[in-house]
Amino acid sequence: MLAYRAGEPVLVGQFLSDVARLGAALPAAGHVLNVCADRYRFTVGFAAALVRGLVTLLPPTRTPAVIAQLKAFAPDAVCLTDEAACDIALPRVSYPEAASSGAPQPSAVPLIDAGRRAAWVFTSGSTGAPVPHEKTFGRMIACMRVEAARLELGTDRSWALVATVPPQHMYGLEASVLLPLASGHALGAGHPFYPADICAALAAVPRPRALISTPIHLRALIASGLELPAIDLVVSATAPLATELAAEVEQRCGARLLEIYGSTETGSIAVRRPTVTAEWWLWPGVTLESRGEETFASGGHIDRPTRLYDLIEPTGPDRFLLHGRVAELVNIAGKRSSLGYLNHQLNSIPGVLDGAFFHGPAGEAGEVARLGACVVAPGLDAAAIAAELRRRIDPVFLPRPLLLVASLPRTSTGKLPQEALRALAARS
Amino acid sequence: MSDNLSQLRQPAGSAGLADLTRELAGLIVEALNLEVAPADIGPDQPLYGEGLGLDSIDILEIALVVSKQYGVQLRADSEDNQRIFASLRQLAEYVNAHRTK
Repeated sequence: MLAYRAGEPVLVGQFLSDVARLGAALPAAGHVLNVCADRYRFTVGFAAALVRGLVTLLPPTRTPAVIAQLKAFAPDAVCLTDEAACDIALPRVSYPEAASSGAPQPSAVPLIDAGRRAAWVFTSGSTGAPVPHEKTFGRMIACMRVEAARLELGTDRSWALVATVPPQHMYGLEASVLLPLASGHALGAGHPFYPADICAALAAVPRPRALISTPIHLRALIASGLELPAIDLVVSATAPLATELAAEVEQRCGARLLEIYGSTETGSIAVRRPTVTAEWWLWPGVTLESRGEETFASGGHIDRPTRLYDLIEPTGPDRFLLHGRVAELVNIAGKRSSLGYLNHQLNSIPGVLDGAFFHGPAGEAGEVARLGACVVAPGLDAAAIAAELRRRIDPVFLPRPLLLVASLPRTSTGKLPQEALRALAARS
Repeated sequence: MSDNLSQLRQPAGSAGLADLTRELAGLIVEALNLEVAPADIGPDQPLYGEGLGLDSIDILEIALVVSKQYGVQLRADSEDNQRIFASLRQLAEYVNAHRTK
């Protein structure tokens, strides 16, 4: 069993046949931006790209500005889509829906070289262009074999994994696509969004079932008051889950809740059960090293020492505590950026003389804390600035509030404390 | 005074819908801590993108409010989810047709 689509099982033979057929529709080499919304089609696209020798591109967002940068990075890039309406400015390959019908052709399981570059995953970087991170097939699969063991999926039963996260996000790619592929479990093709959708998607697949989700979706699911179908495991990532919410999820679902810690650069590297301990348990072979204020991860599936943008306190050879994020970093709903990048984008708008984003005050547990921005731009109104920002940055980072001010509260040395920006916003 | 009121009076159905539209505007502004006054949200202004500027996190939040307040469970695959959130008016019409409380 490889997947479930609308409750119907998809067998490995069907998948291989779909991969072969889609592969024939893809270019012979180059790069592919896979925006398929259906997780099964995304997975077929990812596998077809691998077999064909194409590299999958996973940008942090799809604003026109980022697509233009992607094109500069990979001029041969094509866009694989399963939507009739797709306004991405790249040559388009439509997912051949016929590939899912028709008798499966017997195909041998393709062998992929472990060193093959499978994907470029991008982070937004600190200024202009997105920063590419190379993902080889072998390292990603090695990471997911550890994850399957740490989640205790085992091999005696076939799990069905239902995910509320898109497959184009690093956590979604790992936990909802590569994890089932690497460990022989089945992925749910859907991308349930509303609490009622999540319940229906779970109920449509056999047990044992795992729900791959985030604090935002879990909070909504619990708050909906809906009667939940039986769930055997809940996995959360993208942001730490408040302990009380974690306890409520475990109680309502009657299942363990495990959190995964990782980053776009490193992939998943640690797990914890928050109702039992605040300590994270590192993947075997992965080690953390402090260099001044900064922490680097290396070993295991990680190819070179890689900085983690969190405040980390090692508590043992394979354990650590998280104490929040580096102040510069922004993470909203699993999307990552930095104040430097966002400020750069804001200040590149014609007519903006000075402007700075700031972290809003933290909301209650599970609530999404948005950014605010103070802008000096005589002659522009807030709507015009917001429209310009929308072309450049992901909508989750759009400032609320966006305040027009006469000047920014810079100190005598030109610094701009976050607290001063928040105070200015509170007074306005 | 009474003349003015009678001029304002509308058929019961649309008056109910107008009240519901205003009520929803208030609930949305409160739930999302928006900077606008509920009365300033035009009934036909798009909620997503260029209009009110909401994103999918907001939509999930509105879905929660709507389920608590009116007993309506939104489904992405039911009806046309894009249409429901096209505007405040569309949302109000959907809630009005499906409310259980």
